[in-house]
Amino acid sequence: MSAWDQDLALLLARLQFAFTVSFHFLFPAFSIGLASFLAVLEGLWLATGKSVYANLFRYWVKIFAIVFAMGVVSGVVMSYQFGTNWAVFSDRAGPIVGPLMAYEVLTAFFLEAGFLGVMLFGLNKVGKKLHFMATCAVALGTLISAFWILSANSWMHTPTGYEMAANGQFVPGPSWWAIIFNPSFPYRLVHTTIAAFLTTAFAVGGVGAWHLLRDKDNPGARTMFSMAMWMAALVTPIQVFVGDLHGLNTLEHQPAKVMAMEGHFESHPDGAPLILLGVPDSAEKRVDYAISIPKASSLILKHDLNAPLAGLDTVPEADQPPVGIVFWAFRIMVGLGVAMLFLGLWSLVARWRGRLYDWRLLHRAAVLLGPSGFVAVIAGWVVTEVGRQPFTVYGLLRTTQSVSPLAAPAVAVSLTAFVVTYFAVFGVGIWYLLRLMHRPPDVHEAGLDGRPIRTAGITPAQAVIKGDAR
Amino acid sequence: MIDLTVIWAGIIGFAIVAYVVMDGFDLGIGILFPRFDVGDERDVAMNSVAPVWDGNETWLVLGGGGLLAAFPLAYAIILPALYAPLIAMLLALILRGVAFEFRWRDPGHRALWDVAFTLGSTVATFAQGVTLGALLQGISVEGRAYAGGWWEWLSPFSLLTGAGLVVGYALLGACWLIWKTEGSLQEKAYRHARRLGIALLVAIGLVSLATLTLEAQYYQRWLAYPGVLATAQVPLATLIVSALFFRSLARRQHAGPFFWVLGLFGLCIVGLGVSIWPDVIPARISIWEAAAPPSSQLFMLVGAVIMVPIILTYTGWAYWVFRGKVGADGYHS
Repeated sequence: MSAWDQDLALLLARLQFAFTVSFHFLFPAFSIGLASFLAVLEGLWLATGKSVYANLFRYWVKIFAIVFAMGVVSGVVMSYQFGTNWAVFSDRAGPIVGPLMAYEVLTAFFLEAGFLGVMLFGLNKVGKKLHFMATCAVALGTLISAFWILSANSWMHTPTGYEMAANGQFVPGPSWWAIIFNPSFPYRLVHTTIAAFLTTAFAVGGVGAWHLLRDKDNPGARTMFSMAMWMAALVTPIQVFVGDLHGLNTLEHQPAKVMAMEGHFESHPDGAPLILLGVPDSAEKRVDYAISIPKASSLILKHDLNAPLAGLDTVPEADQPPVGIVFWAFRIMVGLGVAMLFLGLWSLVARWRGRLYDWRLLHRAAVLLGPSGFVAVIAGWVVTEVGRQPFTVYGLLRTTQSVSPLAAPAVAVSLTAFVVTYFAVFGVGIWYLLRLMHRPPDVHEAGLDGRPIRTAGITPAQAVIKGDAR
Repeated sequence: MIDLTVIWAGIIGFAIVAYVVMDGFDLGIGILFPRFDVGDERDVAMNSVAPVWDGNETWLVLGGGGLLAAFPLAYAIILPALYAPLIAMLLALILRGVAFEFRWRDPGHRALWDVAFTLGSTVATFAQGVTLGALLQGISVEGRAYAGGWWEWLSPFSLLTGAGLVVGYALLGACWLIWKTEGSLQEKAYRHARRLGIALLVAIGLVSLATLTLEAQYYQRWLAYPGVLATAQVPLATLIVSALFFRSLARRQHAGPFFWVLGLFGLCIVGLGVSIWPDVIPARISIWEAAAPPSSQLFMLVGAVIMVPIILTYTGWAYWVFRGKVGADGYHS
């Protein structure tokens, strides 16, 4: 293979991984939060007996089924793509990341998949209590899955606990704890899990607001909007705090990534400015049209106005991440975070003034921010993964040295096939989701097939009568 | 001294068997789908696997993930070598996986998603068969990397194994429906099972004979004296199990045919073991050469020993919940 062909094959392999993982990540970002939301709804239904919770459960479980199916099939792709396209990485890092991913399969995937069937189809067969247990098992599975995959991912950012074998493999050192709980893992786990919960909260809030704008007395819409806005108001501030801690952790272990996020091409010996907006020019190594606050970056990152901050001029050219993508993705994530924080506070004011269900401007804003979580998690993912470049295992294994020995045409064909299939299949799937969300929650929400779900031992007619009595 | 590498080869072998046992029949139902009438027949066939397909497919993820973890070198060589069939399999699994949900969500385009279900199931099965054939016929290896081109997997033999697996999974699907359904659908399944059973026996025979010509190692293993006394039991048992399968069909048993076909699959896997053990890439790389360090294997073994029995327990429970014949109103009511 010529050098040009190799470069092209590498670029195509990177594009393919970025495309498939980004598309995949949209679904678990939603299903992690949605599974827990469904467990809470079913728990509230069992505890209070109020039919509004059962109706909301049935409303959202239909959406969950589609999201989960798309997450599963796009996830199977990921588990094979390490080998098909990143064979050298798989060989060399396999003894470390392989077992972490195997634990994800053993402790999470089987749990989710095993109980999903009962959760979706089994209420009539097993009764309420066992069904609630199945829902909780699925929700727990999504969280365990996040634990393992983020541990493996974090190890690629902050590798610890390994030794180098003679054959070039990273092999485990004396303690697996040092590998699993590598330095960036706790921060990434908390930040990403909260992000998934907030993504769901804003999606649910957006759907609730959409229906309140049409009918402010719809009980389902009121309940879901209120629950979502509690999450927005209480959890967004926590996320801002956790994000700050995660940033400080990144500064400690991957300073070049933070330099790219901040757009700091140069070092600042006595206080670095916080660049709010600007256009980074990597060739000229400067940020054009910068709007900045003097010394504010040092205040945020070092908690001292005059603390010196190193810039990319201290990092060898060959070890620098691309600045433009990281810089912009970071601003999109933070900008949306601020908007979400604002909406959460606004909802508190509305609640306090008794206008939560009839303040149309608030509802319009909530609809607008409905998809904000998805954009924010993808942007955050881009910041951290592109910021890790030019390495796959940070500082130790370069992306250029990780790729499979495949010819460019082979990867070009597969990338095209992925793009066409994903946009067609998942595009249609997302349209189905939007169609389901567009329909208001009914007082007697139907089951998965459009007919009412029967509870064990009760005929449909009786269930309807009982529902009316409440 | 316990050899962790052998244990892990056993666990991954178990995952592959579990995958074939569980996902084989639900892919097979996809392959047979166009033969069923639109309406109740198709809905019942789909409903008979809807609650379990996701769990079934997880064994494929365990096979891939386990290979990466326990035999990273094999994972790093096999997957690029089989690039085209594996990508085709992944895309096909997407098509058939979403069809389970989408066909209920969009009755206006149900016919289209039924086609996607069949296409995805057939291509995924064919690609798995091709993968098996390509492994058996040999992969070019240089140092720690795959050294062939991106068409090396393609040969008359790999196409034969691909077609053979399509027949095999379709037969499993037919026998599953004999077990789980009644009436006209079951009647159809009985008819398909008989034809597919004959076709599968032909395919097994052809693949077995062709395999002997691929590598000197295979020929030696099977036909050298005195080993042949032991290995000859495998084709003999295959004939006996086949006879029992056809008898079970003729007696209109419900669960019997499915388990006899599983027996046939089991014998094929034993045959594979005779040919390739203890290699992970046949005639190229042994399980010990490809093995991850003991610390990796031990760490995972703890998880596998605790989790696999638990997984089998709740998987069994999920199947138990949905036991018995599937009615026309299925699980969706």
